[in-house]
Amino acid sequence: MEEPLLSVRGLTKHFKPAGFSRGAVVRALEDVSFDVPRGKVVGLVGESGSGKTTIGRSVLRLVEPTSGEVRFNGIDLTKLSAAEMRRQRKSMQYIFQDPFASLSPRMTIGQILTEGLEIQRVGTRQERTQRAKAALEAVDLPADAFERYAHEFSGGQRQRIGIARSLALEPQLIVADEPASALDVSIQAQIVNLLRDLQIRLGLTMLFISHDLAVVEYICDTVIVLYLGRIMELAPSEQLYADPRHPYTRALLSAIPNPDPTKCRTRQILKGDIPSPANPPSGCVFRTRCPYAVERCAGVVPPLEEVSPGHFKACIRHEVSG
Amino acid sequence: MSAPAAIPASRRGPIARALGRFVTNRMALLGLTVFIVILMAILSYPLWWAYTPNQIDLRALNKGPSASHWFGTDGVGRDVFARLMQGGRISLLVAVTSVAVSLVIGFLVGAVSSFSGRVVDGAIMRLVDLAMTLPPVILLLVLASIVGTGIVPTIAVISLLSWPVLSRMVRARLLELRERDFVVAARGMGAGMGHLLFRHGLPNCIDILVVYATLQIANAILLEAGLSFLGLGIAPPEASWGNMLNAARSTSVLEQYVWQWMFPGGALVTTVLAINFVGDGLRDAFDPRSDLQ
Ligand SMILES: Nc1ncnc2c1ncn2[C@@H]1O[C@H](COP(=O)(O)OP(=O)(O)OP(=O)(O)O)[C@@H](O)[C@H]1O
Ligand code: SF4
Ligand SMILES: [Mg+2]
Repeated sequence: MEEPLLSVRGLTKHFKPAGFSRGAVVRALEDVSFDVPRGKVVGLVGESGSGKTTIGRSVLRLVEPTSGEVRFNGIDLTKLSAAEMRRQRKSMQYIFQDPFASLSPRMTIGQILTEGLEIQRVGTRQERTQRAKAALEAVDLPADAFERYAHEFSGGQRQRIGIARSLALEPQLIVADEPASALDVSIQAQIVNLLRDLQIRLGLTMLFISHDLAVVEYICDTVIVLYLGRIMELAPSEQLYADPRHPYTRALLSAIPNPDPTKCRTRQILKGDIPSPANPPSGCVFRTRCPYAVERCAGVVPPLEEVSPGHFKACIRHEVSG
Repeated sequence: MSAPAAIPASRRGPIARALGRFVTNRMALLGLTVFIVILMAILSYPLWWAYTPNQIDLRALNKGPSASHWFGTDGVGRDVFARLMQGGRISLLVAVTSVAVSLVIGFLVGAVSSFSGRVVDGAIMRLVDLAMTLPPVILLLVLASIVGTGIVPTIAVISLLSWPVLSRMVRARLLELRERDFVVAARGMGAGMGHLLFRHGLPNCIDILVVYATLQIANAILLEAGLSFLGLGIAPPEASWGNMLNAARSTSVLEQYVWQWMFPGGALVTTVLAINFVGDGLRDAFDPRSDLQ
């Protein structure tokens, strides 16, 4: 089998409290492993605080992982020196959730789009401008946007600029962190469709982060369900929706209104709140809200087990999760 | 509102918009005009004024203002107007240079502090705290008595006294900036320290730097005057506004030869006030809240 473009193994991130204060360590990620094959889209879903952004940023080393490996083209990024890492950054780009915070208010769109090319010393000034203009065209923005400032554009247009910036470097991997969720509902679909088209047209490999299972189903080949910094279930997209195995995934899916009344799932409401990642439950982190939790669940951390080819779940009660 | 050819406000960059707000501020414009007039006079006086600052006229000691000596003469017969202009050159030179030096030191210390680890940052900030809590007058006197008098020592003393405030503001701004998504984006594209500092850090500190520089120039003029008045700044026969006031401080001069202290004092107050108006205007113009209107 072909080597995946991105291969994450045992990724763990603990945030130490800032300064000299003695607050608790936040366990944002705990032993996360997954692959992103070339040309595929892998989705990361989970509630707020489940560690989606932390995974996305750790993968690009915008956050330094506490431990674990991030192999990109077979190279372990976590072992690279700062200078070597800077060279790798050309091939991997991040798309931010908030299009208002992600564009500098003091730069023109042209400067924003050529910034990466300049940093990576790609081509001459003219070539850089040309590539930036091509990227602008790829996201359906007019060429006269080049001389303007970000504040002149709407949220949706700004997000297109953000996407154009990440495309300008012609990366192999794109991490899109909830690229549509800060936008108007009417614009969200446009942005997701644009990303989908670009991904197919340019053969991009993408890690697509979202808290919305419906969006993920549409755009992703594989879906990873996260809860409190751990993977609960990982499966090919159709399988996850057709045959969810983990109690958490089932609960999430049952919360989506189903347009087909014959297949109406029994709606499960999750009780309680997500526990604090500073003090996660022992054993299965989901047990405080799981309708099937038994005493055993507090004792062991459920390993991620393969239930069918490419379909993994982390639950020890096989009698309920199959 | 504006001429049809003008670019609409929303099409301009943030600095252009701030300057656009500045020119609508009457007091600031008045301050700027007064300052420019003073500056032009100071710079060009040798071309159109008959006397030089150290030219002694023994036939005209302590003479009051007249057609030939507009601002009168001092106790050794030197022309007060010429000394005032020359003193203005020295005072402004000292102020501008010391502010430029403290801008560079303040920005760099703030920058180093903001991206170094906890220990270095902590150490630098304690040093800054110390420098800020020491009574400035005492610090000034101690420094001045160590480095001595003259133009360069005076510049050094004033610079050393003023950078800590700036470095604190720059550090706070850079720390905030570091977490902003567009800076993370630049890091994600492989930006090194130089790019981050000069393409993102500096432009986003420009408001702090401009306002600080303006207000600090006024402050430095006063510091120089204070030092020279105490005999620790610019030493005679070189003229400065401070040492002209110093020379005129005896009771007899204060009472009988009013022009010898009134003109340097007036020049000092007018210049400092004018610069302060400009500084206040710039501060309002760069206030991020005014962008929302
Ligand atoms: N810099 C940080 N310092 C301390 N804790 C952090 C930091 N960044 C994230 N965390 C914590 O790590 C956990 C995971 O955060 P993360 O931002 O990855 O979640 P997320 O899944 O992206 O959530 P959201 O949907 O709200 O974006 C949260 O509990 C968060 O408070
Ligand atoms: S391991 Fe136990 S608590 Fe966790 S999901 Fe399975 S049944 Fe629920
Ligand atoms: Mg997030």
